[in-house]
Amino acid sequence: MKRTFTCIVCPNGCEIETEYEGTEVLSVTGNLCPKGRTYVTQELVDPRRTIATSVRVLNGTMPLTSVRLTSPVPKARIFDVMDEINRQTLTAPVRIGDVVIRNILGLNSDVIVTKNIDKA
Amino acid sequence: MMKKQAVIVGGGPAGLAAALRLREKGITDILILEREHLLGGILRQCIHDGFGLTRFGESLSGPEYAQRFINRVLEEGIECITDCTVLDITGDKVITAASRKQGLLQIQADAVLLTMGCRERTRGALATPGTRPAGIYTAGVAQNYINLQNIMVGHEVVILGSGDIGMIMARRMTLEGAHVKGVYEVQSYPSGLPRNIEQCLNDYGIPLHLSHTVVDIRGRERLTSVVVAQCDEHFRPIPGTEEEIPCDTLILSVGLIPENELSLAAGVELDARTRGAFVDENCQTSVPGIFAAGNVLHVHDLVDFVSLEAEALADSAAEYLLEGSLPECRLTVKAGNNVGHVIPQRISGIRPFTLSLRVRQPLSNVSIVVRQGEKEILRKKMRKALPAEMIQLPVRADKLNDSEDMEVFVE
Ligand code: SF4
Repeated sequence: MKRTFTCIVCPNGCEIETEYEGTEVLSVTGNLCPKGRTYVTQELVDPRRTIATSVRVLNGTMPLTSVRLTSPVPKARIFDVMDEINRQTLTAPVRIGDVVIRNILGLNSDVIVTKNIDKA
Repeated sequence: MMKKQAVIVGGGPAGLAAALRLREKGITDILILEREHLLGGILRQCIHDGFGLTRFGESLSGPEYAQRFINRVLEEGIECITDCTVLDITGDKVITAASRKQGLLQIQADAVLLTMGCRERTRGALATPGTRPAGIYTAGVAQNYINLQNIMVGHEVVILGSGDIGMIMARRMTLEGAHVKGVYEVQSYPSGLPRNIEQCLNDYGIPLHLSHTVVDIRGRERLTSVVVAQCDEHFRPIPGTEEEIPCDTLILSVGLIPENELSLAAGVELDARTRGAFVDENCQTSVPGIFAAGNVLHVHDLVDFVSLEAEALADSAAEYLLEGSLPECRLTVKAGNNVGHVIPQRISGIRPFTLSLRVRQPLSNVSIVVRQGEKEILRKKMRKALPAEMIQLPVRADKLNDSEDMEVFVE
């Protein structure tokens, strides 16, 4: 089978023409680097994404901090991950790299703070 | 009047990178003026990841990318005044600013670095007919409300324009539980990056309608619907194709414009193509000692390149401050066939520089050709060239002469 993938690994956004059988990649063309092939292989087996969102902060100079995942999670679990993150509330101060949830939903990805918020 | 060697107007990614490079080059008397309460500029609200891939080899969020520069600026003890709005810059480099803490400031600078970034085009610029209800936001304003202020802007959302921030907000609002009904783009090709179409729209089943625009806005207090229609190649709505879409929110992602009110006040000449300053290979504007880089000069796709450009600016500004002048740049660089704009627009012909450009329309299997007089300086083959992607080409000095103008075109 044939399909064109847009690699999202870097801003080049290569369009990768792929021939595949089931989850086996037969050939790829159009990728500027080997990561493109890895991306396509992963897309066929188990597409994964990272997400970024925000978490409420109490007693801070701003009402929110931002957070992201340290590694991608299965695409189908994104909204479960959002629900879990939305249950969190932090108290200022928070610092970049603080772990909000370790190994979220057992998916081998941590939720970390990406913005410093000082105490009000 | 306060005196400073270098005053940097804007503490976003360009201003921060420029300050640090100036310091490295031995300039000690630096002042950053920032309008907001905190440094970091627009990156503070860009919480998605993908920043820093080129510079740091990892995918950071906007605030993390900014913080790496802010930490170094603080470590270096570079002076910053935040909550400080610059009101005027003269051609003699006198800056007037209003500071929340220090009142009205007047500063004589030896060099002024313009790093104010850009602003969004608004509904007014589009002249879309209809009522004026609540619920219409530019993408960046919606991003500010949602990511900084914890205010959700709406539930049933239509997005006009396929700029990157609009697509990023489509995903963001979907994650926050909104229903994004579609993205409508008047052009026949998307204006944002392919990876954002993939990871922000396709991943969430959000349709992208090319050659479509909003022709009517309805609602009294709050937006109740928009009418969309298909457009012909001259962007004119085609009668009979109208469709009414109920929604409470319309997000506009219809372009960014370099923020140049202050540049104009200083007498800096602007390029109608970029809407930013005419600059030479040193990022120097038409006013000696006033420099510009980053989104205030031309709108970038990636912050990594904003930082690089600002550092190149700082190299030149440091030379200007230490040597008293820079090589004269008498040769013009012209945007030829299918090239939307070029930066820089003037060169000396004796030094290497980085040429930045955008093509006018999506093209495949083309070459970007740089020519000086009859001589070909550079030729780069491209499998695809998109207006959404800025092209940057290093130009070596040994190929140049100092007497002929340059042209850049697509073949
Ligand atoms: S294939 Fe390589 S260069 Fe192309 S988008 Fe993917 S990671 Fe980037």
